[in-house]
Amino acid sequence: MSVLLPASEAEAEAIIGEAAAARAPLAIEGGGTRPTGRPVQAERTIATRALSGITLYEPAEMVIAARAGTPLAEVEAALAANRQRLAFEPMDHRPLLGTAGEPTIGGVAAANVSGPRRIHSGAARDSLIGIRFVNGRGETVKSGGRVMKNVTGLDLVKFLAGARGSLGLLTEVTFKVLPEAETETTLVIAGLDAERGVAALSAALGTPWEVTGAAHLPAEPGDVSHTVMRLEGFAPSVAYRRERLAAALAAFGPAELLEGEDSRALWAAIRDVRLLAAPPGKAVWRLSVPPMEGPAVGRRLEAALGSRLLYDWGGGLIWASADETGDAGAAAMRAAAAAAGGHATLVRAGPATRAAVAAFTPDPAPLAALARQVKTVFDPAGIFPAVFDAA
Amino acid sequence: MSAIPKLAPRAGVVERRASILAGLAALVPPAALITAEDERRAYETDALTAYRQIPLAVVLPETTEEVSAVLAFLNREGVRVVARGAGTSLAGGALPTEDSVVVGVSKMNRILEVDTANRTIRVEAGVTNLAVSGAVSHLGFFYAPDPSSQLACTIAGNIAMNSGGAHCLKYGVTTNNVLGAKIVLMDGTVVEIGGKALDAAGLDWLGLVVGSEGQLGLVTEATLRILPLAEGARPVLMGFSSAEDAGACVAAIIGSGIIPVAIEYMDRPAIKVCEAFAHAGYPLDVEAMLIVEVEGSEAEIEDLLGRITAIAQDFRPQTIKVSRSEAESLAIWKGRKSAFGAMGRIADYMCMDGTIPTGQLPLVLRRIAEICAARGLEVANIFHAGDGNLHPLVLFNANEPGGLEKAEECGAEILKLCVEVGGCLTGEHGVGVEKRELMVHQYTPVDLAQQTRLKSAFDPAWLLNPNKVFPLEGRVLS
Ligand SMILES: Cc1cc2nc3c(=O)[nH]c(=O)nc-3n(C[C@H](O)[C@H](O)[C@H](O)COP(=O)(O)OP(=O)(O)OC[C@H]3O[C@@H](n4cnc5c(N)ncnc54)[C@H](O)[C@@H]3O)c2cc1C
Repeated sequence: MSVLLPASEAEAEAIIGEAAAARAPLAIEGGGTRPTGRPVQAERTIATRALSGITLYEPAEMVIAARAGTPLAEVEAALAANRQRLAFEPMDHRPLLGTAGEPTIGGVAAANVSGPRRIHSGAARDSLIGIRFVNGRGETVKSGGRVMKNVTGLDLVKFLAGARGSLGLLTEVTFKVLPEAETETTLVIAGLDAERGVAALSAALGTPWEVTGAAHLPAEPGDVSHTVMRLEGFAPSVAYRRERLAAALAAFGPAELLEGEDSRALWAAIRDVRLLAAPPGKAVWRLSVPPMEGPAVGRRLEAALGSRLLYDWGGGLIWASADETGDAGAAAMRAAAAAAGGHATLVRAGPATRAAVAAFTPDPAPLAALARQVKTVFDPAGIFPAVFDAA
Repeated sequence: MSAIPKLAPRAGVVERRASILAGLAALVPPAALITAEDERRAYETDALTAYRQIPLAVVLPETTEEVSAVLAFLNREGVRVVARGAGTSLAGGALPTEDSVVVGVSKMNRILEVDTANRTIRVEAGVTNLAVSGAVSHLGFFYAPDPSSQLACTIAGNIAMNSGGAHCLKYGVTTNNVLGAKIVLMDGTVVEIGGKALDAAGLDWLGLVVGSEGQLGLVTEATLRILPLAEGARPVLMGFSSAEDAGACVAAIIGSGIIPVAIEYMDRPAIKVCEAFAHAGYPLDVEAMLIVEVEGSEAEIEDLLGRITAIAQDFRPQTIKVSRSEAESLAIWKGRKSAFGAMGRIADYMCMDGTIPTGQLPLVLRRIAEICAARGLEVANIFHAGDGNLHPLVLFNANEPGGLEKAEECGAEILKLCVEVGGCLTGEHGVGVEKRELMVHQYTPVDLAQQTRLKSAFDPAWLLNPNKVFPLEGRVLS
């Protein structure tokens, strides 16, 4: 297996153009920290890490652009130096997947990687305002730009965010950014079951007090459950909202407070799903459902598969473990998600399981047909990875 | 008439009008089919009134099934379709062609489900923007995107144009607030995407459909995010002696970590016209005025307005007026919100809608003044200063021969300027027919071909709103 490292868009165009002419598939790699889905059958990999560097950063305009292979850490450090951040709080998959390497900003965009703050500030795709990519014809295409409001033409920015390289190789991405919060506090209510926990989160998210994280951590052996809600902002405002929120949730029990560093550490652990990182031999699924359906879905998984669970996004994002035997829980996960009006993705599994079990929820027939046509439009020779493992 | 070229009609369609109408009559109730010329005339234009064209017929279906049957039929007949909401597009997005059938969703205006626990609302696409917030305000919620036309415009139109509003600096635009949709493709296929979950499986179809200006399918239903209403909100009005000072003040506010819900900028001519109309108490002796609004509890609002007015001191403000009451807040906003109406009383105007990097504001305002002066026209500027969305209102006299053309020339120059400084042709109104031929200034032929091929994947015969968005010359279809 050889790795190709274009250092410019022109080089990427040449590599992809030749691959298209030869109909020779290419795997695409950013930092290689998020291998999800069927392992790509390709002799060669095109990796973005030589396409690196921040190309524009205007703090006063709240916008940053970087080549796709730029380490996420470099982008976050540049922002932090100006007390700014990516609002969507991208998950670091390394602790969960046991991968090494540097996550790239292009990988974040290509997989629409979003963390707990998605509930308040939107997903990666909501912050992404511009892209450049090389399509399967070896042509560089741009969409969007460096300004926040832009409705000029079809929005390929959103369409390629989360497409996992199936439609093109991202070469440069532009995000809008937000100021860091001056302080943060987390309210913790102990001992609620999942139904009461998610009800508390829903109540909190229905208040005007701008909860920016809302998760339920079920009881671990020898411990109780924790239902957690994060407030961020200027200190006087956080102090005020903390009082009001605790009072509004009094019926669910007393709220303890986690401040500053402790709060940050908790949310980093939730973001990275550290709770399910061990033991490493288990499969881990990600289910996205209407938030209030979360507990019922969780119960089904506990009963059918003995899953350990983590609820984020007010109950709407469920991380669930399963034994990596048979279908690694696929049928039960898919059925539970579908019954709730959501979908399930296999995020962690060994290569053998990933080769055998579909990671992504298949599209219903009319969308699958559209996806095939769209794939041909972007990648006529079919050299990039399939769209969500579609046949 | 103006310079924007017309799309040639499809051969034989106008001639087959009688049989097409008969086919439609078999699919929808009589009241849903409009054929008489004087009634069709009501659909000949939208808010870009310089362009008019009476369509073949107008259909106003009441269900997704009817929409599906109508589209499938028109697809078989090879007849073009122009989707329509309330017809408030400022870009001519809803302008018919003589050989097209307008399919309007105005009768599909029911609220289907309110779910405050999941913070969503499901509506038929013809419901008005304001009615969505109206359906949930008594529960303490609202729908965030708030175009000034919200009393009239529909969710269908908002989705098609990815509409914004004064409060999108904090809450985002339409695309950030839609979770699901039901869409009828040109061949009549009904597809459902997304729902109440915060993301959907597979490709981001929703992200593609929002802002697609009726090019990909006809939206009949939507699931939208609703948000809790803030405890309160209050603006401060600040006047400055130059665009540089006002612009630097905006940068400093954002640099301090404050994200106001709205930062609106008006230049001297805009202030003058709005003040004469609304008597909002605007300062008439300043070059630039900012309206900055913050939200929260009384104490939070006091704190934030205190921080903002302290920051402003560094930029030599000539006026600072913090609203102290609901009545004062309303007056401050009344002037801004009536800007278009006020302008319309003194002259004909063209409302442009470019976006620029906010740091380029002083330069862009200078160049806009030059562009208009060179053609003897006046211009007033309204600017969503937080996000760079600029609305120059080019004033002209429609009765003067060549008046419209001169204004259109100015508009085109201004939008090219926006692209030149790193911005774009349209921030929230859409390309429509108005900016179709300007697309070549923002996109390369390769960029455009990628978009037109994608449209072809949805609509191979280019029957959906084909007169819009993409320059007529050189369309790459496959
Ligand atoms: C006074 C005034 C103020 C305005 N203020 C703002 C503002 O603050 N912010 C802003 O963003 N815009 C603003 N606009 C522009 C306009 O109101 C928006 O573009 C609005 O979203 C159009 O909605 P509509 O229902 O009137 O759609 P229409 O004008 O009927 O149609 C607009 C586009 O949507 C397409 N379309 C309609 N229905 C469907 C459907 N069911 N499926 C697919 N495509 C469809 C049409 O083909 C057309 O291309 C303003 C307009 C006016 C007149």
